[in-house]
Amino acid sequence: MSFYGTSVSEAFDEKGRFDMKRVIALAMVAAVMAAACGAAAPSGGGAPATAVKLTSGKLVMGVINDQSGVYADLSGKNAVEAVKMAVEDFKAKYGDNALGGPIEVITADHQNKPDVASSKAQEFYERNNASVIFDVPTSSAALAIAKVAGDQKRLYINITAATTDLTGASCNKYTFHYAYDTYMLAAGTGKWVTENLGKQWYIIYPNYAFGQDMEKSFRSAVTKFGGNVIQSDGSPFPNQTGDFSQLLLKAGQLKPQVLGAMQAGGDLVNVVKQYNEFKLKDQGIKLAIGLLFDTDITAIGQDNMAGVVYTTPWVWSMDDQAKSFADKFLKRTGIRPTFAHAANYSAAWQYMEAIRRAGTDDADAVVKQLEGYKFNDFFIRNGQIRAEDHWVMHDALLAQVKPSSEAKEKFDYSKVLGTIPAETASRPLADANCKK
Amino acid sequence: MDLGYLSVQLFNGLVNGAFYALLSLGLAIIFGVLGVVNFAHGAVYMLGAFAAYLLLQQVGIGFWPALLLAPLGVALLGVIVERLLLRRVYGLDPLYGFLLTYGLTLFIQDAMRLRFGIQGQPYPTPTELSASVSLGVVGYPVYRLFVIAFSIAMCAAVWFLIERTRLGMVVRAATERGELTRALGIDVDRWVTAVFAFGIALAALAGVLAAPMRNVAPLMGSELIILTFAVVVIGGMGSIVGAVAAGFLIGALASLGAVWSPALENVIVFALMAVVLLVRPAGLFGAREAT
Repeated sequence: MSFYGTSVSEAFDEKGRFDMKRVIALAMVAAVMAAACGAAAPSGGGAPATAVKLTSGKLVMGVINDQSGVYADLSGKNAVEAVKMAVEDFKAKYGDNALGGPIEVITADHQNKPDVASSKAQEFYERNNASVIFDVPTSSAALAIAKVAGDQKRLYINITAATTDLTGASCNKYTFHYAYDTYMLAAGTGKWVTENLGKQWYIIYPNYAFGQDMEKSFRSAVTKFGGNVIQSDGSPFPNQTGDFSQLLLKAGQLKPQVLGAMQAGGDLVNVVKQYNEFKLKDQGIKLAIGLLFDTDITAIGQDNMAGVVYTTPWVWSMDDQAKSFADKFLKRTGIRPTFAHAANYSAAWQYMEAIRRAGTDDADAVVKQLEGYKFNDFFIRNGQIRAEDHWVMHDALLAQVKPSSEAKEKFDYSKVLGTIPAETASRPLADANCKK
Repeated sequence: MDLGYLSVQLFNGLVNGAFYALLSLGLAIIFGVLGVVNFAHGAVYMLGAFAAYLLLQQVGIGFWPALLLAPLGVALLGVIVERLLLRRVYGLDPLYGFLLTYGLTLFIQDAMRLRFGIQGQPYPTPTELSASVSLGVVGYPVYRLFVIAFSIAMCAAVWFLIERTRLGMVVRAATERGELTRALGIDVDRWVTAVFAFGIALAALAGVLAAPMRNVAPLMGSELIILTFAVVVIGGMGSIVGAVAAGFLIGALASLGAVWSPALENVIVFALMAVVLLVRPAGLFGAREAT
C-alpha cells in the first residue's frame, strides 16, 4: 500500500522493529505532500460529498433572448457574455472539471416572438441536450418557454421577463423566476409614489402580457396604499408611429396627480420624451415609471430623467461587491451591466452551484437543491428560493436618477434611496395561486 | 368628449400627418421617375435623425443648421447609392428594386445598431421652440406646431418646384406618362440621380424633425415605413398631390380614431387602405384608370 512513494513498511527498520521517529517523519512528509496536492487541485470551501456526474457527460446551458430588437441592449448578447463569464469564474474557483465535464453555453435570438421562443427551446432541450435555459425577455415568449420546460422536464430560469404568471397561473416544477417581476416593481414604486407624489393615478400600459400584468400589479399596489386609479389605457404594441400624444393629451385633460407609464424599452423612451414635450410636469402631473433600465436612461438623457424614483433589483454602483462585477463586465463588453446582465451571471452561477450540491444535472435533483435554498451573492441579497412557486425572493432597491452633475463617471445614473425587504418585494404566496 | 379636446387631438394627427406627407412625397417622386419602390425610405428617415444627433454630439451643430445639413449629407449618400447600385435595376422587374432597397435597409439598420446599439440616443427640443402655448383646454408644445407649419411649407415648396420649374415638368411628365415622355425625346435619365437624392433628402428632413420628439434609434423607421406605404397606396401610387393630401388626412383620421380607442390608431390606416383598394384601386388621387 504505497502512499506518495513511501509505504507503511518503511516505518519498520531493517530488523522489522517499529521506529517511532521514522513514523513521525513519514507522517509529516505525507501531510506536506497531501497539502501541496490539495492546493494544486482546489476544491473550494464546501467540496461536494460525491463527485459530480453529468447525465450526458457535459453540461449545456442555453440563453434565449432578443438579440436584434427592442430588448437587445438591456439583455441580448451581453447577457450571453455574462453567463460565459460565470462559467469561466466558476471554473477558476472550482477547477476545470468542477462539474465533471465540459460546460457549454449556447444561444438563440427569439425576436420577441413566442412561437420562435417555443421552437428554439424545444430544439435546445431535445437536440442540444441543454439542461437549462436562462433569460428570455418578453413575457409572452417567457410563458411559451415555461410551458416547453414543464413538458420536457428541464429547467428554465427566467430573468428578464416580468410577468407574475410564471410563478402564478402558469407555474410549473421546472420554471424559476429570478431577479424581478411586476409585483416587485409595483410594491416599490407604486407605494413610494402614492405616498409621496400623489394619490390620483392615470396608468398607460403597452397592450400585451407584460403591460397588462403591470397594470394589474400597479392598480392593486396603488389602491392598497390609499391611492386611486382614475383610469387606465392600453397603447398598441408594437406602437408603429412611436406617438403617444393622444394618451398624454388625455392625461392633460384628466389631470391626475400621477401618470404611471408602464411601457418598456423604446416605447418608454418615446413616452418620457413626449411627456417632457407636453410639459405635463408643469401642469402638476408627475411621472411614475414602472420598469426602468440603465439603457433607457442613456436614450432619454440622464438630466431629462433626473429625480425619477423607480424600483430595481440591483444598481451596479450600489456597493463594492456589485461594483467589482461591473468593472469586470465593463472591461469585457465596454458597457456597465444592466440588472438583467448581472442577474444572468448570478443565476448561472447559482445553477452550477446547485449541480455541485446535487452531484448531477438531473433536473429533479437540481430542483430539489434549489427549492428553499438561502443565499447571497453580488446580485441577490437575502435570497431565498420559495419552494412553493419558485419565485426567488430577495431585497429590491428604491433608486433615484441623479443629475449628470452628480455622476462620477459615464453610466453612473442612479443612487439608492432605500431597500425594500424581500418579504415586502415578493408577492404573498396566497396570491400566487401556483399549482405545480 | 368636448370639441376643444378633439380639435387639439386633431393637431396631433396633423403632426403625424406631416411625417407621412414628407415621407410619402419622397416615395412618390422616386417611384414616379425611377420606377423603384424605395423600401429603404424608413432607414433614410432614421439616418436623418442620426445625422442631426451626430452633428450636435460631435460637432456641436444645433437643430437649425441640421435642418439643412442632415438632408444634404443624406442626399450625397443617395447620389452614391443611385450611381453604384440602384442604376442597375432600372427596367428590370420592380421586384429587383424592392429586394435591393430592402437589403440596403437591413444593411443600414444593422450597421447603425452595431455602432449605436438598439435603444436610442437623446436629442433635445430646440430651445426657441421648447415652450408650450395654451390651445384652450390644454397646453400644446410650440415645437409640434412648428413641425406642422414647416412641413406644410415644405410640401408647398415642392409643389411649386414641380408645378413651376422645368425640372418639375420633367418629373411630372415622367411620373404620369414615363414612356411617352421618353418617346418625346426628353432625357429623363439626366434627372434620375437628382430626383432620387431629392426624394430621400425629404425623408432625412422628416427624420431631423422627428429627433426631438421620437426615440432616435436604428429601428425608428422600420415600422413607420409600413404605414407610409399604406399612405402612398391610399393617395395613389405616384401621385404627388395624393401623397401629401393622404398623409395629412390619414394622420388626422388615425389620431381622432385613437381618441375613441387607442388600438384603433393603426387599424384605421389599414382599414382605409383596404376600402380604397376595393373602391378606387388607383388611390384617392391616382390616375383615372388603374395602372
